[in-house]
Amino acid sequence: MKNLKNLDKMTNEGVDNCSVEERRHFLKMGLTVTGVFAGGTILSAVSSVNKVYASTSGFVEKYPYKPHYSMIMHIENCIDCEKCKSACAETNGVPSYGFRTNILERQVAGALDQQREFIPVLCNHCNLAQCTRVCPTKATYKDPNNGIVMMNIEKCIGCLSCQLGCPYNARYFNEEKWAVDKCTFCWESRLSKGAKTTGCSEACPAGVRIFGDLSNPSDRVYKEVHQMTKTVWVLRPQAGTKPNVFYTRG
Amino acid sequence: MTQRAETAGLTLNAMESMLVDRLKSGSNAYYFALLVTGLMMLAGAIAGLQATVGGHHVYYGVSRQIPWGILISTYVYFAITSTGICLVSSIGHIFGVKAYMPIAKRAVFLSIITLSAGFLVIAAEIKVPIRMLVYNIISPNFTSNIWWMGALYGLALGVMIFEFIFLLLGKYKLAVACGFVAVVGELAANSNLAGVFGLLNGREFWHGPYLPIFFIASGVMVGCSCLILFHLWAERINEGPLHPGMPDCLSAIRKVAILMICVIAFFTIWRTVATLAGHPDGQYVGVMAMLTGEYSLSFWGGEILLSLLIPLGLYLFSKGTNMKLMLTAAILMLIGVFFMRHNMVIVGQVIPVFQGLGVTGSTELLKYSPTVHELMIVVGGFGFVGFMFLLGEKIFNGYPVEDHH
Repeated sequence: MKNLKNLDKMTNEGVDNCSVEERRHFLKMGLTVTGVFAGGTILSAVSSVNKVYASTSGFVEKYPYKPHYSMIMHIENCIDCEKCKSACAETNGVPSYGFRTNILERQVAGALDQQREFIPVLCNHCNLAQCTRVCPTKATYKDPNNGIVMMNIEKCIGCLSCQLGCPYNARYFNEEKWAVDKCTFCWESRLSKGAKTTGCSEACPAGVRIFGDLSNPSDRVYKEVHQMTKTVWVLRPQAGTKPNVFYTRG
Repeated sequence: MTQRAETAGLTLNAMESMLVDRLKSGSNAYYFALLVTGLMMLAGAIAGLQATVGGHHVYYGVSRQIPWGILISTYVYFAITSTGICLVSSIGHIFGVKAYMPIAKRAVFLSIITLSAGFLVIAAEIKVPIRMLVYNIISPNFTSNIWWMGALYGLALGVMIFEFIFLLLGKYKLAVACGFVAVVGELAANSNLAGVFGLLNGREFWHGPYLPIFFIASGVMVGCSCLILFHLWAERINEGPLHPGMPDCLSAIRKVAILMICVIAFFTIWRTVATLAGHPDGQYVGVMAMLTGEYSLSFWGGEILLSLLIPLGLYLFSKGTNMKLMLTAAILMLIGVFFMRHNMVIVGQVIPVFQGLGVTGSTELLKYSPTVHELMIVVGGFGFVGFMFLLGEKIFNGYPVEDHH
């Protein structure tokens, strides 16, 4: 209090004698205060973006694959028309008893605005994929070039441990192929033939599924993941698999 | 007398007639048991072949979200039992504790047949077993617990077969060397089997370091009961005491069983308390399903009463001398542990992976019921163990015990 009363009488020391550490500390404090007064949104966006980056902090600017295929879902646009599911089944010959992609429905009874939302899901092509780790014969593996989790059906013994390892229920056993089948971002049917996007992404009439290259700064997926104004998240982050399918709203 | 001494100087015809004489020496009850277990084996083989050819999706009750059913839990049951038998028998046979020595040969044989039963059952669960034989060898994935489990159990099985042959031939140094490798192999394989479940981050019910310790401890517990049961049955088949030291040996095994029951009870209590205290995602729902939900009968009846509490009481009251009580305890534990394995495998899968999201259909637990075909294969596995045990008693003449080491 004494110092506060004498505040007017005190002389300005200037910033010449202020150490770098002190300046940094002051800036950090300022950012924290700003974040708190902005309803926590800035801080929460920063922290969630850091959490949801597909790679650890060491890879934030340097992704392990080139292109590093990825998808971001604008879930508020999803109306559950299932055109993505149909396109996927047609493009990749998915039988009626299985699916490579699905749409989950969540009902929130007490919500003041919409009470229902749809969450499209597919293989997350995780950077630390559990399915590829547990497969005893390397029948499923990360493509070393583009990071897609692929299947070599010739090697699949049908132990189904990959189905258990996957935290996203993205795999099923295809009785016709005698092997586990899963989303490959339409690699065999489209991307390897020069297409720029997946079947589901192209078929979506509401622009929910945005497919792209997470390692390319000019790509839309890159831009939407590497920003702070809108929250971006992944499903089941606690599984620790570093997924490459992101979710956002608005 | 060793097998080699018995057969030395015999012609092939004489050996054959000796074998036939041994097989003909059984009682009516023996042949009836052989017939029943043989039919059980046949039923399992037919069901397994039909499902493999006709498609598992037609004949089994497994699904996309519950891909591992009762066949996997039965495999886990047999594999862990084999490890337990191997470990308990090694106390005498490998590490030289005299009280445990009389069980050596029969224990090695039991460990071989229980592991083989596990392999036969899982062969009916793997969808394309032919590819497994090829690609497990030419395209191994060293980060896969399943690969290590298969390779190490395969190695242990091979080494135990050699160990058994060396025991029969009286080459004890080689048998002990093989036995040591088998113990290490079984231990490593068993912990990798636990790793198959315990290292899956996305399956919270299993994830953590708890399972490998649980598997080893419960393996020793059930291995003790298995040894007590089969040695008491062997006395009946051979119509007399097997060895003067056998009662003391079984009493010593009983003490290990009591200790291990306490260890497993301790684990079970603390796991339950930890889950109730913290409500960890994924685990809490599973534990509650066992405590008060759909799996409560299986948990309280099978896992707690039959596996732990009743055998504990019976083993204690038997004082190591009342063989009827010990036999009852062993049978009840072997039944109860089957439920223990089933609960472990199935409850870990009935929790939907998206439960935390609260999406429609994910708030309820998933359903799994074994089909007739699956049950027949399980019966076939038990039939195989019974049939081979009965056959072994006669072929190997009740495993005469020599003092060696």
